[in-house]
Amino acid sequence: MVGLVIVSHSIGIAEGIKELARQMTPEPVPIAIAAGTNDGRLGTNAEQVTLAINEVYSNEGIIILFDLGSALMSAELALECLPEEKQKNIMILDAAIVEGAITAVVEISLHKNLHEIKEALQDLCIGKIR
Amino acid sequence: MGLTSTQTIIVLKEIGKTIEDNKTLLTELDGAIGDGDHGINMNKGFAAVTKKLDNMESEDIGDIFKTVGMTLVVNVGGASGPLYGTAFMKAAAVVSGKQEIDINDFIKIMDEAIQGIKMRGKAVPGDKTMLDALEPAYNALICAVKEKLTTVDALEKVKEAAFEGAKYTKKIAAKKGRASYLGDRSIGHQDPGATSSYLIINTIYETVKKLKD
Repeated sequence: MVGLVIVSHSIGIAEGIKELARQMTPEPVPIAIAAGTNDGRLGTNAEQVTLAINEVYSNEGIIILFDLGSALMSAELALECLPEEKQKNIMILDAAIVEGAITAVVEISLHKNLHEIKEALQDLCIGKIR
Repeated sequence: MGLTSTQTIIVLKEIGKTIEDNKTLLTELDGAIGDGDHGINMNKGFAAVTKKLDNMESEDIGDIFKTVGMTLVVNVGGASGPLYGTAFMKAAAVVSGKQEIDINDFIKIMDEAIQGIKMRGKAVPGDKTMLDALEPAYNALICAVKEKLTTVDALEKVKEAAFEGAKYTKKIAAKKGRASYLGDRSIGHQDPGATSSYLIINTIYETVKKLKD
């Protein structure tokens, strides 16, 4: 099963999205969050993204969804630090984060692959990655 | 006439002091148009950097920069973590293996740092970001070296250009970062990232000047 990583500035937002997404499928889907700074303030952190990736990584790959600005930078930085064979199985996708997470979880639970999930999320793209 | 590893560490620690002294200013600037944590974030990051530098055993300036970059990435929560972190990590590559750096190395360092920031932040000059201080500073550096100015005189031109660049961000609207959500309402406020970039460059100038006196 593909894994999902939620990168947000806020633990509250990330936990909430996880809770909401979990509601969508009876079958548990691997979801990990990377949210807030190491000292518990609002913000993001590449180290936490790396930990979250490792928490749910499998050869089927990972979808990363993010909220604002530095969340994307932290996700990209974390990705660059991984070995190449892992990197190619990970996609950072531009999507409205709540709707994107729900859609992704449904697709994941249907055992779709990375590219199929990317396609399913295409309509939710809001231009966060240029 | 360059900087040794030890002198480079002195400069980096002085940057930490400057950031600490200007923590409130940076946070206030960020509070006006951003999320109000730039001073806190930068101070946390550079305080961690200073601690790391105290225990730095390697004299390889590449290793020193890499340590600074990684420490900023891990300890700064906002966009400035990945941005300054990437800048230092990219710059580390061009001074790898060196125990002394000169003004020509500084050209390469600034070039790599700016390329790194552009890659990470996908911003261009005029977006009201740190690049609006850094790019004019880099251009001034190139001119100063062409004119064969002394290191200290060259760095003075560099910090002046960074200052003007940071000041210019007051006149433009933000196209990147949290401030971009404000659109034209960000005009009239100086960009906190451009300001911290100026402060860093000014500290490099001030400290090198002291070391060379």
